[in-house]
Amino acid sequence: MALDKAEVEKIAHLARLHISESETEEVTTRITDILTLIDQMQSVDTEGVEPLAHPLDVVQRLRVDEITEEDQRDRLQQLAPASEDGLYLVPKVLE
Amino acid sequence: MEWETVIGLEVHVSLSTKSKLFSGSSTEFGAPPNTQASIFDCALPGTLPVFNEEALRMAVRFGVAIGAEIGKRSVFDRKNYFYPDLPKGYQVTQLDFPTVGKGSLTVTLADGSEKVIGVTRAHIEENAGKSLHEEFSGMSGIDLNRAGEPLLEIVSEPEITCAEEAVAYLKKLHTIIRYLDISDAIMAQGSMRCDVNVSIRPKGATELGTRTEIKNINSFRFVEKAIYSEVARQQEILEDGGRIIQETRRYNADKDETTSMRSKEVANDYRYFPEPDLLPIVIDDEYIAAVRAQLPELPDAREARFVEDYSLSNYDAGVLVSSRELAEYYEIVARSSGDSKLAANWVSQDLLGLLNKNNWSIADSPIQAERLATLITRIKDNTISGKIAKTVFEAMIIDESGVDAIIESKGLKQVTDSGEIEKLVLEVIENNPEQVQQYKDGKAQVIGFLVGQCMQLSKGKANPGQVNELLREKMQ
Repeated sequence: MALDKAEVEKIAHLARLHISESETEEVTTRITDILTLIDQMQSVDTEGVEPLAHPLDVVQRLRVDEITEEDQRDRLQQLAPASEDGLYLVPKVLE
Repeated sequence: MEWETVIGLEVHVSLSTKSKLFSGSSTEFGAPPNTQASIFDCALPGTLPVFNEEALRMAVRFGVAIGAEIGKRSVFDRKNYFYPDLPKGYQVTQLDFPTVGKGSLTVTLADGSEKVIGVTRAHIEENAGKSLHEEFSGMSGIDLNRAGEPLLEIVSEPEITCAEEAVAYLKKLHTIIRYLDISDAIMAQGSMRCDVNVSIRPKGATELGTRTEIKNINSFRFVEKAIYSEVARQQEILEDGGRIIQETRRYNADKDETTSMRSKEVANDYRYFPEPDLLPIVIDDEYIAAVRAQLPELPDAREARFVEDYSLSNYDAGVLVSSRELAEYYEIVARSSGDSKLAANWVSQDLLGLLNKNNWSIADSPIQAERLATLITRIKDNTISGKIAKTVFEAMIIDESGVDAIIESKGLKQVTDSGEIEKLVLEVIENNPEQVQQYKDGKAQVIGFLVGQCMQLSKGKANPGQVNELLREKMQ
């Protein structure tokens, strides 16, 4: 399965990645290589094999429902470019 | 052409855990912005999720309550999209292996008929933060307190055929969730939200029409109105030879219409993949059995028991079990007063009327169950009449003292002293010679008027039975 340039541009847009004109060709080739590997994997007979969601064969440890975090707003907001009234400010977004 | 409507509902319920789904931040409602947003909730690099066991237990509790298949192995996935109130750039949810699989709810419709509506699945996911667009010139304000709070998204089968069924389904879901104590499920506050998928097709067709999704409706009534208005819109388009675009719409209550939000055809590309930061959640039969063993009595079972134990009609029992608190209140009144039917009338009419009028919940009620039971006891032992009881009930709203003290201090005790009643009767006979004559001439129903006069004269305090008896005696 090969990807064309338009598809790569669309994927880049969805991931909010900027890929320059000159990079597009290389990225297209590299993604296509990955997809070729996946095609190869798809052709393996997996009859009777349970789907795997994680490479480690262990299960999730659970956390007791307790409040363990303290308010760190002031420290965290020092990292933000802009904040006001306790809110993080970002360029206006409206649907 | 005749059309039929196909509706599926997606309901998001905020699970009432103390801490968030994947972090130890508090979920307390109403805290100042971002004071409950930890480094994990803000998606700082290097932070990792740790799953809250209580969210899992609540989801399984819901699943068991609706007789659903429980996923013994559930897997989290990332749903990728960019929006500032979702700092990670993806929402953690469950796509292929949700914790709750197929189940069903039985709803009762207005005509008394029952319908089973399938639940496709219910999956655990995290909430996003809140964006405020109003007050910051050219900027949006982001509050991440809500980011990472646990949600249960309950998806129905597209088996709902009209607005009435949709509302009945939602109300039933709401009741069950409240009985299970897994969420406040207050629509007005956003702890229960509803997305409605609507399509129409020619009656009898097997293929589904193109659907639209109406997002984030926050009251039962708006769900009903949004469906009516969207069905009308789709019908008009199709009858004019147009075609429905699959899209997300919003319901505007002021204009009673739905408007387009964005076209799903372009926007809906979430590139799901398994969340590598979380391992599969595995539970066994023992875990499920333990959750099942802790289920409370659910509304359907309680309704049946009320009909059986308290000789109530299905309708009355249905009203009383519609909220767990109301049902518990009723049981105290019924048991303490020893008159389940009188208790049902007082609770479902007088008490509910009072609560609705003031927009109070059971917990706000100035009249506690034990006090209402005493009031009913006083009707039964003839201390007061049913009519005077209404006056006492009114007084109890503002007066916290005991029922007996109120009856005493207001002088509302029923007059049962035969001497006093005789005085009343004689006075009424003397003042109404015309009616008395009519009675003597055989017009028996005049007795009602005369009893009324006596009651009025006694300000409602005379025992009506005694009055009636004595009147007849004196007019012989």
